[in-house]
Amino acid sequence: MAQVRVTVDGVNYADDVEPRMLLVQYLRERLGKTGTVVGCDTSNCGACTVHLNGQSVKSCSVLAVQADGAEVLTIEGLARDGELHPVQKAFNECHGLQCGYCTPGMIMAAVDLLGDNPDPDETEVREGIEGNLCRCTGYQNIVRSVQRAAQMMKPGASAPTESPAPVAGGN
Amino acid sequence: MIPAKFDYVRPSSVDEAVAALRDAGEDAKILAGGQSLLPVLRLRLAAPSTIIDLGGIADLRRIAEDGDRIAIGAMVPHHDVMRDDLVKQHVSLLSQATATVADPQVRHRGTLGGALAHADPAGDLGAVALALDAEFVIAGASGTRTVGASEFFVDYFTTAIGEGEILTQVRFPKYTGWASHYEKFNRTAQAWSMCAVAVALRIDGGSIAEARVGLTNMGTTPIRASGVEAALVGQQANEDSARAAAEHATEGTAAPSDADAAADYREHLARVLTGRAVLAAAG
Repeated sequence: MAQVRVTVDGVNYADDVEPRMLLVQYLRERLGKTGTVVGCDTSNCGACTVHLNGQSVKSCSVLAVQADGAEVLTIEGLARDGELHPVQKAFNECHGLQCGYCTPGMIMAAVDLLGDNPDPDETEVREGIEGNLCRCTGYQNIVRSVQRAAQMMKPGASAPTESPAPVAGGN
Repeated sequence: MIPAKFDYVRPSSVDEAVAALRDAGEDAKILAGGQSLLPVLRLRLAAPSTIIDLGGIADLRRIAEDGDRIAIGAMVPHHDVMRDDLVKQHVSLLSQATATVADPQVRHRGTLGGALAHADPAGDLGAVALALDAEFVIAGASGTRTVGASEFFVDYFTTAIGEGEILTQVRFPKYTGWASHYEKFNRTAQAWSMCAVAVALRIDGGSIAEARVGLTNMGTTPIRASGVEAALVGQQANEDSARAAAEHATEGTAAPSDADAAADYREHLARVLTGRAVLAAAG
């Protein structure tokens, strides 16, 4: 067993874990943070994306022990005081999901992207979420959601006024 | 799936890591960023008895100017390599190729040293290191040694790093002012290169004074396209010279045939991508 001390969504934890425990297992099975999901088990799909010290990572490809001393942010820690994060709001408004399974990872990847590039064009959004797969192929509205979130997060942006119309059956 | 059981060691210095490697014996595995190793462990394609995690060694995460070299610690993540000002200024080809590796999440964790030590022939950075004559600093029980890129890549997933040794730094000569481009071909997002071409040119008064060209996934190791280089030198950087030089792109290659592409298709790609890369580099 090895000890891991981490801050997850603002709360400190210290746990003994098997070295082989993956970060995503630790989050889900030990801490009960099931908002972060396991998709592909092969590091492709990005459904398990969380932030490790402020950067997006696939938590199925990080050992829990590698997160020792780090700060982890999951989809469950994005909302503040009951208020959804702008990226969460934008995915809701623009219907940036179909089955919803990829959504936690998509949102965490998008938050990282917008922190880095607050005003991405469509190509930059598509490249920024390259590590996340939507098996429903609902990328049209996901890209719109990220761009909508970018508008909402601009300094001085007021409450949402108009949303771009969601595209039915986007590909 | 989850990995098989292993012992975990997280040394805080290279000396400690070398000692841990010696103590653990031949069944140990070094963990850098883990973006290739962890999937392999999860699929149980490997089940090492001990994992030695280099993540706790701060010395391996630095990029520094060292005379006429840029020295990059083996544990510097791709994300940092591609954005580093020294790398952009002096080794722009590395910056460009690194930006095409996998996806943002993988680039946050995956490291330069890990990728090169893994030596996947479809990996993007080997061709760059080879074309640019990078040097590999390798630490072992009897101290450190330096290996040139032409000797580093030995075979499929095999490098000059010996048993009990650890790659600690990769040193690139400065190519300040050179034009460069990495042209990569794949079919889907975050996919490995089916074939890719790394080009750096020193252009003087419109003509190519020096050329360095490396190929990705055209053999069991990265390949230096010496024939292309020779054909480019002394030429004006234009479409005719690029196309003529590209005809030499498959010399010395042994392209694999696999589920992604047959060898003859890869050879076709190597010629086409070489032409594109030269023209893109020349701007």
